[in-house]
Amino acid sequence: MNRITVIALNTFRETLRDKILYNLVFFGLLLISSAILLSTLTIGEQAKIIQDIGLASINVFGVIIAIFVGIGLVSKEIEKRTIFTIIAKPVPRYVFLLGKYSGLALTLLVNVGIMAAGFFLTVLVSKAGVDLALVKAVGLIFMELLVITAVAVMFSTFTTPTLSATFTLAIYVIGHLTDDLRTLGAKLGESLTKVILDVLYYSLPNLDYFNVKGQAVHGLPIEPSYLVSAATYGIAYTTILLILACLIFQRRDFK
Amino acid sequence: MKPLRIEGLTKEFRLGLGRQRVVALDRLDLEVEPGEIFGFLGHNGAGKTTTIKLLLGLLAPTAGRAWILDRPIQDVAVKQHVGFLPESPYFYEYLTAAEFLTFYGQLFGLSRQALAKKIDDLLTMVSLADARHLPLRKFSKGMLQRIGLAQALVNDPQVVILDEPMSGLDPIGRRDVRDIILRLKDEGKTIFFSTHILPDVEMICDRVGILVKGQLRAVGAVHELVGAATVTSVEILVERLAEAGAREVEQLGGTVVRRGNQVLIKLDDEHKTDQVVDLIRRHAGRLVSLVPHKRSLEDLFLKEVGVRHA
Ligand SMILES: Nc1ncnc2c1ncn2[C@@H]1O[C@H](COP(=O)(O)OP(=O)(O)OP(=O)(O)O)[C@@H](O)[C@H]1O
Ligand SMILES: [Mg+2]
Repeated sequence: MNRITVIALNTFRETLRDKILYNLVFFGLLLISSAILLSTLTIGEQAKIIQDIGLASINVFGVIIAIFVGIGLVSKEIEKRTIFTIIAKPVPRYVFLLGKYSGLALTLLVNVGIMAAGFFLTVLVSKAGVDLALVKAVGLIFMELLVITAVAVMFSTFTTPTLSATFTLAIYVIGHLTDDLRTLGAKLGESLTKVILDVLYYSLPNLDYFNVKGQAVHGLPIEPSYLVSAATYGIAYTTILLILACLIFQRRDFK
Repeated sequence: MKPLRIEGLTKEFRLGLGRQRVVALDRLDLEVEPGEIFGFLGHNGAGKTTTIKLLLGLLAPTAGRAWILDRPIQDVAVKQHVGFLPESPYFYEYLTAAEFLTFYGQLFGLSRQALAKKIDDLLTMVSLADARHLPLRKFSKGMLQRIGLAQALVNDPQVVILDEPMSGLDPIGRRDVRDIILRLKDEGKTIFFSTHILPDVEMICDRVGILVKGQLRAVGAVHELVGAATVTSVEILVERLAEAGAREVEQLGGTVVRRGNQVLIKLDDEHKTDQVVDLIRRHAGRLVSLVPHKRSLEDLFLKEVGVRHA
């Protein structure tokens, strides 16, 4: 078996044995299904409320899993020194990192899959049809999670678990505000602040790109070409982050 | 082919914002011969772990080079033939002993089938056959040390590098580890291990190196370093030795310590032993015991480390 796969499967097994993960997925499902109750309290638009809450829950819990389980995977190995014996094996460092990343991506796929299944079931039970647009929205949520995980892995190659989590969370929040950075920059005219805001705009991930929840819920069209460009952006961004992570990781000392 | 060759290996750490430098390892030169057990001795903070981490690529050297089996240590592929036990091992707590060894075996490219038998043997060798399906989270310190030794051997390595393999073990555990190391030597493997448990070194090492504050102070066969049974001092215990006798002993250069009706005489010059024994008889003292102290590895170690042996 390929060594990346060996590490990825072990990582996947690690997350499966982590009780926090089950709790998160459980609460995600609880929130998704509770949408039925909430929707009965309001008049009309019931289907939309269920879909809104469902997609938002998958997104939020996905991000929490990506950040908190994801951070643990690399920086905790360094902190707990389990990495010593792995580096001492004939495993190049980038193989370790890519293995960890793939394992986490697999975990996220399974978890988003479970939450999405719960979501579609809830939508069916509430007698609204499952529209293809909902599947597209979930797909882009997963793409967003892949980017965030890459951010988390990148940070954890050189900082502590707590700092990695903080930085990643910050990137997640700012990543949803990049359009505002741009607008703000445009208002400022030529100045150093504008240059800084522009640099931030182009270097931070534009996570709103992956947000089509609104369109999906309100039945607006989501063009295939949009999906392709968002996916291309996500994959390119992830690749660059992982290359950066491998470069940093290659140089660091394990003290 | 040398299992291990080190030239001018140096590691500096920088501390804090003041960028204060700590030289953890200072131009280490060392060669380890095929099939030998090499004991790497040093006090706490001498640089043993630093050396071992450099060899395994956990740290990048500030200067110097090293080769394992004639290949530069930067070559990841050479680790296919190396076994490593870190200091106070930390492992994946959520894996059982068997899963853990399987995972590590797979990192060497071994198949599950090939590993099944190997893992049985390894677990038996380190007396953990009963703990096969126990998660490592439930292991005691000594058990972790044993499973750590097992993982170091999962690839049938030619060179085995162990950082304090006896630490955390009870006397039986230490004897087991000594036996395993000797068995590895019989199989033709080369063993390089760090320790500060001197009796273990005296018992099993072919050669030792003594590291003091990052510098190699002595290297050689144990008997060469210690010298052929040189007696360095003699301790004589006497009962009922009169005060006059004690004074005469002191005139001969002995040290006298009174303990109730017993007197302990310490002689740094063994050639005066006969004179002192005669003197004791003359003063009608009763000889209780006479113990010659040979120069031991411990003395050498303490001398090199610069601590005065009281
Ligand atoms: N990460 C680090 N940063 C700064 N100094 C370090 C670091 N790691 C080790 N040192 C210093 O390097 C020196 C050697 O440490 P090392 O761990 O190699 O000693 P050792 O011989 O293994 O000791 P012990 O017997 O206690 O395990 C010590 O002075 C230590 O303080
Ligand atoms: Mg040490």
